[in-house]
Amino acid sequence: MIRLQGVSRTFDVGGEAVHALVDVDETITAGDHLAIMGPSGSGKSTLLHILGCLDRPDRGTYELLGRDVSRLDESELSLVRRHTIGFVFQFFHLVPRLTALENVELPMVFAGVPPRERRERAIARLRAVGLEPRAPHRPDQLSGGERQRVALARATVLEPKLLLADEPTGNLDTASGRQVLELLEQMNAHGLTLVVVTHDPAVARRARRLLVLQDGRVVHRGEGARIHEAIEALSGGGSAS
Amino acid sequence: MRLRDLVGFATRALRGHRLRTGMSLLGVAIGVAAVVTLTALGEGARRYVVGQFASIGTNLVIVMPGKTETTGGMPGIGGAPHDLTLEDARAVLRGVPEVEKAAPMVMGTETVAFEERRRQVGLVGSTHEALEVRRLRIARGRFLPPLEWDRGSPVAVLGRKAADELFPGQDPVGRVVRIGDWRMRVVGVLAPRGHQLGVDMDDVVIVPVATAMKMLNRRSIFRLLLQVRSHADLDRAKERVVRLLTERHGEEDVTAITQDAVLSAFTSILDALTMALAGLAAVSLAVAGVGIMNVMLVSVSERSREVGLLKALGASRGQILAAFLAEAALISSAGGLIGLGLGWAAVRVLVALYPALPASPPVWAVLAALSLSLAVGVVFGVLPARRATRLDPVAALGGR
Repeated sequence: MIRLQGVSRTFDVGGEAVHALVDVDETITAGDHLAIMGPSGSGKSTLLHILGCLDRPDRGTYELLGRDVSRLDESELSLVRRHTIGFVFQFFHLVPRLTALENVELPMVFAGVPPRERRERAIARLRAVGLEPRAPHRPDQLSGGERQRVALARATVLEPKLLLADEPTGNLDTASGRQVLELLEQMNAHGLTLVVVTHDPAVARRARRLLVLQDGRVVHRGEGARIHEAIEALSGGGSAS
Repeated sequence: MRLRDLVGFATRALRGHRLRTGMSLLGVAIGVAAVVTLTALGEGARRYVVGQFASIGTNLVIVMPGKTETTGGMPGIGGAPHDLTLEDARAVLRGVPEVEKAAPMVMGTETVAFEERRRQVGLVGSTHEALEVRRLRIARGRFLPPLEWDRGSPVAVLGRKAADELFPGQDPVGRVVRIGDWRMRVVGVLAPRGHQLGVDMDDVVIVPVATAMKMLNRRSIFRLLLQVRSHADLDRAKERVVRLLTERHGEEDVTAITQDAVLSAFTSILDALTMALAGLAAVSLAVAGVGIMNVMLVSVSERSREVGLLKALGASRGQILAAFLAEAALISSAGGLIGLGLGWAAVRVLVALYPALPASPPVWAVLAALSLSLAVGVVFGVLPARRATRLDPVAALGGR
């Protein structure tokens, strides 16, 4: 589903070149559940943004569903983001003046879905995350866990193929975090490809595969039982924050 | 993205900052109200002047001594212009068939006294014909009697105000007043008339032209008013009058103007004035536009996270541009409508204060103000909206 070849990304910070990603090769198959770990500044967020078509590699190619998206222009990228990719963020990023229902409707507004269909689909998604009764509430009337579940409903309402989560539980207590993770895994079980960036070894352990980044390079890859080894190696290196 | 969604999204964003939105809306409202009120004033002035001219009749030719267009002759050779005399007036009436009636006018100021009351008023010397030529109306008594023009008579007609001041609560008709050293009998009182050709016709005393010339010690007349039989003959009549007087005087030393010429000169001046006022008011609209731009710039930087989110959700640049432009356009069009209401109210107040001024905003000005206000919102909204579309989503999403 996803193939990264020699992907590099360099930022210019105060006249100094910072290599956020260096020659990353990675293949992600459909239905995969991949966790990305690494210390702050290791390039994991940059990788997520490139996967999400919010950023572009300076070198290398990014093939998504058989299409080289690293060469697409801005308007084509917005269509890819709209229909293929869903985002979940650490700070939820709900629009504060809109209700939960309206937040879930938002992607469909840009996609031009007719209002009635929009409402029905949004309610169905809220039901799927167990928040149908909270539909008329604004974000400030919801708990953190509820906000993240609304964000999850919004990210999946246009039925994307790929869900990208940036520290989805980073701002939640353990119980709400577990609830969100269970929902993510449930969606993954229905075929949604899941990529989670996290600091939390407990979150990473639940993934099928693990990628550990350091200084913009992949330093460990783990699969199945070897995830634990990779996590050990990471914490053993003392660089985990 | 549907238009309704666009407007809905923009409305909710604006409602989030009522005070800020209200302030920039007020800026536009003031601009539009200024355009409406000032053009209404200009238009009112124009209508007032047109009304004044219409009140003296449209088939009027006014002859005055002297040439307004100077010819570049050697000084001293051309000589002083001849006076306009009663004989000239009679010759015109006889010699130009298009002229139906002629009213020679002499003007000065005199003190009118009755018992202890004295009043400085305009003295107008004219003839029986002036009643019709100048479209005057008599409230009491009668106008000057039909006399030979060069025969005087000790009779006077008072303007409304002069009559009220000299004879409070009394009927002046039949009383004798002193005008300067002369004793004259009041034969009539004019109906209220207001200003006409620059003279307050309510504060005058009208006497036969020959009498006025004696009182003021003049041999010439000030103006000759001619009523032409039909409007179509106006220009021809004017030319023939000038030719005839040129023959009589040996040179072209009179000026004849028609109502139309004066009126069009006045209207073009007043139209220019209205345009200038509209232009000034439009400047305030431009200032309001800068206000909108400022508010939108603040809004964009405050909502950069939201812009990043919208991009992540698949909003295109065009949609983000449209969303922010819609906000600016909403501010300016709502401000425009409110301004229209304010302007309308201001015009009503003006009309209530000065009933004589038929102030009313011209349709073009209302339409221009509304479309200009909308344009101001869109034009000044472009810069902030473009800034929003250019935000880097990664950086925008970075903050909390």
